[in-house]
Amino acid sequence: MKHIKTLNTRDYKKSMKTGGCGECQTSCQSACKTSCTVGNQSCETLKKSESR
Amino acid sequence: MVHLYKAGGYNIVLDVESGAVHIVDDAAYELIPLMESVVSKTADSPLPLQTALDRLAQIRDEEALKRFCDEELREAVEEICELADAGALYSPDVYEQYVSEFSKHRAMVVKALCLHMAHDCNLSCEYCFAGEGVYKGERALMSYEVGKKALDFLIENSGSRRNLEVDFFGGEPLMNWQVVKDLVQYGRSREKETGKNFRFTLTTNGVLLNDEIIEFANKEMANVVCSIDGRKEIHDKKRPLRGGQGSYDIILPKFKKVATSRGQNNYYVRGTYTHDNTDFSEDVIHLMDEGFEQISVEPVVAGPEESYAIRDEDIPELLKQYDLLAQEIIKRRKKGEFVNFFHFMIDLEQGPCVAKRLSGCGAGSEYLAVTPQGELYPCHQFVGDEEFKMGDVYGGIERQDIKEKFLSCNVYTKEKCRDCFAKFYCSGGCMANAYNFTGDVNGNYETGCILQRKRIECAIMIKAALADQEAEA
Repeated sequence: MKHIKTLNTRDYKKSMKTGGCGECQTSCQSACKTSCTVGNQSCETLKKSESR
Repeated sequence: MVHLYKAGGYNIVLDVESGAVHIVDDAAYELIPLMESVVSKTADSPLPLQTALDRLAQIRDEEALKRFCDEELREAVEEICELADAGALYSPDVYEQYVSEFSKHRAMVVKALCLHMAHDCNLSCEYCFAGEGVYKGERALMSYEVGKKALDFLIENSGSRRNLEVDFFGGEPLMNWQVVKDLVQYGRSREKETGKNFRFTLTTNGVLLNDEIIEFANKEMANVVCSIDGRKEIHDKKRPLRGGQGSYDIILPKFKKVATSRGQNNYYVRGTYTHDNTDFSEDVIHLMDEGFEQISVEPVVAGPEESYAIRDEDIPELLKQYDLLAQEIIKRRKKGEFVNFFHFMIDLEQGPCVAKRLSGCGAGSEYLAVTPQGELYPCHQFVGDEEFKMGDVYGGIERQDIKEKFLSCNVYTKEKCRDCFAKFYCSGGCMANAYNFTGDVNGNYETGCILQRKRIECAIMIKAALADQEAEA
């Protein structure tokens, strides 16, 4: 495309079918303990498939 | 919902409900919001080309479009329609019912505990939400028996979840180090038989760190969080020893050893900034210059009665600081220097599923805090507030009403979150902050929201800049 460049992102709608396993890190168990940030976390299932 | 903003020389468009991120030229930047009024929420093709071209004819004379020629506007419109057809622009919100169902399912399991190993501390940090470690109570250390029972409780209540997280927290957990080690050993001893995998985290102020502890942590802890605020004068003022002397010189060499011995991975140096250092980007840069690659520096959470609390008038400067920090990180990354700032981390390609993104932090349901006496609270920030005591590790959760209240809290129950572009990144924000500032876990801590939105915008801009660099390489 000439006017629009799209970054690679995960499609939220598709993740409704495969997501929700709950194996990912709890939000507060990373560094902060005073805010809630989830967008920075990685999906445990996608990480696995990447390492295969 | 579409969120548009300019940052770092980029025009950035977030298609909030699909997660798509677009970097666009000026023509598309002007057209995208102008087209939104003719987007169909029900048709298969939300923006047919002819509808879009008719709309373009209507708005052609608008001031914002005068500087563009017909051809470039037509091309941009065609690209906009293509993205809308692909579900990457003007996507509808279809998640409310799904997230409600997901939250009900999540009621079944506990997967993370914050163990308060010591309600005691060898520092007396001015801003400590734990009140020098005691959380409004008496000084106390968690016994092995209580800790063991907590791990049993976690295993028994974790359902089919394999990965279980345990944070050794305080006060200062190293004041109870032998019990920490014994609990790690106990947890490991139960992994095989139960099919569970413990991920331990140690959060420490560093005063008691030594080589033996670092070696043990490197073997057993999935993450080590090291508390340091940045520049020596800032750190020492806010994080003195009990006698008033600064702690910076004691902890810095130890934290450097943690960082290097862990190969600069799976740790954070973690600081707090306050009204007294609104130039906090200097503190982050100081930590970078000291050789730390994994850094988190965050705003203090304190009521307006505290002199160090973030005030409304600080916000413009704080937003500027995040911009400065984003540019610094881009500069360093382009030079090949790796540095990760926790609040600018964003995983666009492999980030969480939408269930995780919208259903809140899990406090009070999948995540609980355990006091030295074994009492259960929704999270570490509620500890000491009797109103939120949920039960204990012996009898389990007695206050189902508290659990239900926290479980039902998500971005759709928070009125202000519904129309916020950041909802897929912050999951509705910290419920403790919401409660402390509004008296309701479904409230919004407005200062926190403003800063969170800025951090997300910066994080995505950094992604755009680095993608540009990759394309050039």
